[in-house]
Amino acid sequence: MLIPVLVGVSLTAFLILHLAPGDPARLMAGVEASQEDVDMLRHKFGLDRPLPVQYAMFVKGLVTGELMSLRFESPAMEIILPKLKNTLILACASIVVAVVLGVTAGVLSATHRKSWIDYAATILSLFGISMPVFWWGLLLMLLFSVKLMWLPSGGMGTFRHIILPAVVLGTASTGIIARMTRSSMLDVLRQDYITTAAAKGLTRRLVVNRHALRNALIPTVTVVGLQFGQLLAGAVLTETVFTWPGIGRLLVTSILARDLPVVQAALVIIALLFVFVNLAVDILYAVLDPRIRYNG
Amino acid sequence: MADRSQGSLVARRILRNPIAVAGLAIILGYLFIAAFAPHIAPFDPTAQDLSRSFAPISAGNPMGCDEFGRDILSRIIFGARTSLIIQFFSVCIALVIGVFLGALGGYFGGRLDEAIMRVMDVLLAFPGILLALAIVAMLGPDLRNLIIAIGVYSIPQFARITRGSVISVRQNDYVTAARAIGENQSSIILRYVLPNAISPIIIQTTLRMATVLLTAAGLGFLGLGVQPPEPEWGTMLSNARMYLRSAPMVAVFPGLSIMLVVLGFNFFGDGLQDALNPRLKE
Repeated sequence: MLIPVLVGVSLTAFLILHLAPGDPARLMAGVEASQEDVDMLRHKFGLDRPLPVQYAMFVKGLVTGELMSLRFESPAMEIILPKLKNTLILACASIVVAVVLGVTAGVLSATHRKSWIDYAATILSLFGISMPVFWWGLLLMLLFSVKLMWLPSGGMGTFRHIILPAVVLGTASTGIIARMTRSSMLDVLRQDYITTAAAKGLTRRLVVNRHALRNALIPTVTVVGLQFGQLLAGAVLTETVFTWPGIGRLLVTSILARDLPVVQAALVIIALLFVFVNLAVDILYAVLDPRIRYNG
Repeated sequence: MADRSQGSLVARRILRNPIAVAGLAIILGYLFIAAFAPHIAPFDPTAQDLSRSFAPISAGNPMGCDEFGRDILSRIIFGARTSLIIQFFSVCIALVIGVFLGALGGYFGGRLDEAIMRVMDVLLAFPGILLALAIVAMLGPDLRNLIIAIGVYSIPQFARITRGSVISVRQNDYVTAARAIGENQSSIILRYVLPNAISPIIIQTTLRMATVLLTAAGLGFLGLGVQPPEPEWGTMLSNARMYLRSAPMVAVFPGLSIMLVVLGFNFFGDGLQDALNPRLKE
């Protein structure tokens, strides 16, 4: 199940760059390069070999870490891994923001159904999902960095540097988590065991916190896992706005600099991470809900 | 699903939902502006006048001017047209190919289904904007390639939704009956299966219009979308970012336009979901 996806991912990243119209060597060398330079590049990177051989070389380079960046004269992995760490820091901070705000909003919506809290949370969630991250980032930067001068407008270093990017990146996930939590909470609150718990004379708070929330959070866990992958992708835009030195920004600068090996390797690594996170979520889901059993 | 009584039932449910009505109003306004852009826009969206660089908001330029003295309102209005073109064609590509693959896999099952879904899994392994980013990076940034990239990256969503829906429909008695009287496969799929599997596809199409616009604008913001001087909201924001400190207002309107239109499709899609699946709501 996993292996075909892994092969497919590396093959896709490889093929996108090789089946594209135009000569990749010419693309790498730039329009002004002489024909000899282009030929030299073509030979140096094995682009004159048959495609299957090139793919094998690419995979070998990925696995052994020997795949070289064109821009920095160093192995692509050495460039990517520190940036990946920075992106993971940002994504984790965003997930914390999104889970805390999203679950709170979702639970309040469900327990105060059809009240102004519910409507406000629903509309705010839709706003959060609809907000272009790059614009939202610029607005917050304008307010908190340019006007109020409370927070730095970019870069990485102190805790204050991460606040704006984490909030911006986590906004859409907050909306999605809030909506998921609301609907699963409403589902759970209709169950017989909730009625039973209430009939026993337990306080509303106890029923919600002990009996309902735990079960309602199971679908939320899945959404959080899926959101984590979306955050890795959303980081491309957020990192560009806040000049956060992560893998998303590396990907964009590498595309613009035509550093194809780094682009390919970064794509494969993000995709692999995403696939593994989704797998972990599936397993966690089975652990949390004993009714779910996977065969084989 | 297509018969009139159900259609009017769905329409009534939507009209009773204030959020869906708001979404519909935004979408209609957007379509109107995109369709009649040349008649509405006060200026040529690409006409430069450096003497009016960053001219403030005034009666003549209700949204001010950008760094080249171009009227921002006119660029926003023509930008609506660019966005609509991208949304329409990319969603069409994804809809046609995705529904075809999903219906094929869902209806016939077996190895064919397995193969199609594995390919979709691989495409879905590149989260969010990444697949579109990779494709457009390689094809080169322009309007046509942007549409292709965003279309391709939306295919798996349509394939999955269609497949799931087709699988749940194909077990119905009327499908078995059609097969029993010897109707051929493609007519069964087109006449009996797809019309009954279409609700989730309609919802997905509406919501996808929102996602696709965000992606196109995001690629524009990264410099990989529609190239200047063509007016496109994301590209406009990318330029405005460079003057954020000196002329912050330039960044406000393109972002606001993106958000409003995306919000419109999300509001409407949300209402549509409730109207087509009333059981989900309660």
